[in-house]
Amino acid sequence: MINMGWYNKDVVNILDFSREDIELLFSKADEMRAQLKDKSVKKTLSNKIIGIAFFEPSTRTRMSFETAAKRLGADTVGFTGEEGTSVAKGETFADTIKMIDSYVDAIVLRHKFEGAALFASGIAQNPVINGGDGKSHHPTQAMLDLYTTKTLFGEIDGLTFALIGDLKYSRTVSSLIYGLSMFKPKEIILISPQQLKLREEIKLFAVDHGLKIREEENIEAISEADIIYVTRIQKERFPDLQEYEKVKGSYKINKKILETHAKKTAKVLHPLPRVDELSPDVDNTNYQAYFLQASLGVPLRMALLSLVLGGD
Amino acid sequence: MDTRKDEKLLVSKIENGTVIDHINSGRALVVLKILNIKGNEGYRIAIVMNVPSTTMGKKDIVKLEDYYPNSEDLEKISLISPNATINIIKDYEVIKKYKVEIPNKIKGTLKCNNPTCITRKSNEPITSSFTLLSKDKIKLQCDYCGSILTEDDVIKELIGESQ
Ligand SMILES: Nc1ncnc2c1ncn2[C@@H]1O[C@H](COP(=O)(O)OP(=O)(O)O)[C@@H](O)[C@H]1O
Ligand SMILES: [Mg+2]
Ligand SMILES: [Zn+2]
Repeated sequence: MINMGWYNKDVVNILDFSREDIELLFSKADEMRAQLKDKSVKKTLSNKIIGIAFFEPSTRTRMSFETAAKRLGADTVGFTGEEGTSVAKGETFADTIKMIDSYVDAIVLRHKFEGAALFASGIAQNPVINGGDGKSHHPTQAMLDLYTTKTLFGEIDGLTFALIGDLKYSRTVSSLIYGLSMFKPKEIILISPQQLKLREEIKLFAVDHGLKIREEENIEAISEADIIYVTRIQKERFPDLQEYEKVKGSYKINKKILETHAKKTAKVLHPLPRVDELSPDVDNTNYQAYFLQASLGVPLRMALLSLVLGGD
Repeated sequence: MDTRKDEKLLVSKIENGTVIDHINSGRALVVLKILNIKGNEGYRIAIVMNVPSTTMGKKDIVKLEDYYPNSEDLEKISLISPNATINIIKDYEVIKKYKVEIPNKIKGTLKCNNPTCITRKSNEPITSSFTLLSKDKIKLQCDYCGSILTEDDVIKELIGESQ
C-alpha cells in the first residue's frame, strides 16, 4: 500500500516529515529487521535503479543504502568522490543531477555544500534522498539515531540526550535536534568545547520548538543522560586548520568516564567513523550501542526506500 | 522647538523627484550607496541626517531631484530602514506616498554569508533565497543552508564591505 506521507517524496530535511511519518518508518523498519532475520525479505523494488551520487566520501551511509537497495532487489549505479566524473571536468552540479535523474528512479546524494540536496530536489523529477549536505542535514542518520533509541528504550519521549563533541559542524547533530523536536525528550545536554558550540540558528530553532537545552563544557554533564551521543571532530569542515588543532582530542569518552559519571542504563551512540573521541575499551561494555546503531542502518534504509519508491 | 519648522529650514524644495523620509538615523549614506548614487551624476540631492522625528526619535531624509528608485532598490532600503516612506514629488507637491515593505522572501538581492552554501557555488543556476525571521531587528535565514543574516551583515553587504 502506498503511503502518501512518503511516496515519491524528497528526503532533504527530517522536518519535511511528521512524527506519524517517522513512526510509520520505524514500524516498517521493524518489519524489515524481522524479515532480514529470517531471510524472508521480498524483492519489492526489483524494477528500480537507485543512483548513488556521493560527491563526498562515505563508507557507512553509502554501503547501507546500497545494501538496503539490493536486499529489496533494486539495482544501484553511482560514484563516490568527484575524481573520474565529469564534475572534475567542470560540469555544474545542476547538469550532473539532471543527467543522473534521467537514468534512475531515485538519487541518494551527498555533497559538501550546504543546501545541495534542496537544490537538487528542485532539479530532479525523481525523489532525492539527502545522504548529507555539508554541515546542514543528514536526515536518514537522524532517523536511524531515533530508531536506535526507540529500539533500545522502547520510546523517545521522556529521555535525556547528551550530545558531545563537534556540535558546530556536525550535520548529524543538527538533524538529530530537528528530529527530536517532533518528540518530547526530557532534556538535551550539549557538551562541547567553547569553539564547537551548537550554531546559533539551531539553538534558536530548539528554543522556538520547546526543546529544553543546556550547554556544558565538562564531560561530567553526561550524568543524567540516557543516550550519550558522541561525534567526531571533523577536520574536513574546519575553515581554519589551526582551529582544528586547538580542539582536536579535547574530549574522549572511555570506560572509566562512563563508569564514573554515567547512569548504569545509559547507552552510547556514535554515527561513526570514530577517531579518538570514543575509546575501543567501551566496545565490550553495556554502554556500547553504536554497533547496533550501525547495523540498524540497513533495515531503516530499506524501510525508507520502500516507502519512497512504493515497494510493498 | 518646532521640529517641522526646523526641517523646512534645513532642506530646499525640489520640483520633481523622490523624498525618502523616515530613514533610520545615520543610514542616509547607506541609502545612497544602495541607489548607487555617488553624487557626481548631476541630479540635485539633499541629505538630512539625525533630525528629530516624532515617531522615530531621530531620522534621516534623502531628497532626489528627478530620480525614482526601482522596486529592487526599495526592497534593499526596507531591509535597512523598515519605516522608510517614499514620497513622489511633482510640481513641488507630494502626489504619492507609500511605505517600503520588507518582503517575507528575499530572492537574489543578497548573498549568503556562508562560503559553503550551495548558492555560493560558482556557475550553478541558482538564486539566493532568504526568509524573514524578524522585522524589528532584521534577521534573515538562508533557505538553502540555514545561515542567519543579521542587520549588520545586511548593511555590510549592501554597502559592499562583505567579501
Ligand atoms: N517639494 C518638496 N521638496 C522637498 N521635500 C519635500 C517636498 N514636499 C514634501 N517634502 C518632504 O517630503 C516629506 C513628506 O512630506 P509630507 O507628506 O508633506 O509630510 P509628512 O509625511 O511629514 O506628513 C517631508 O519630509 C517633507 O519635508
Ligand atoms: Mg513627517
Ligand atoms: Zn546559505
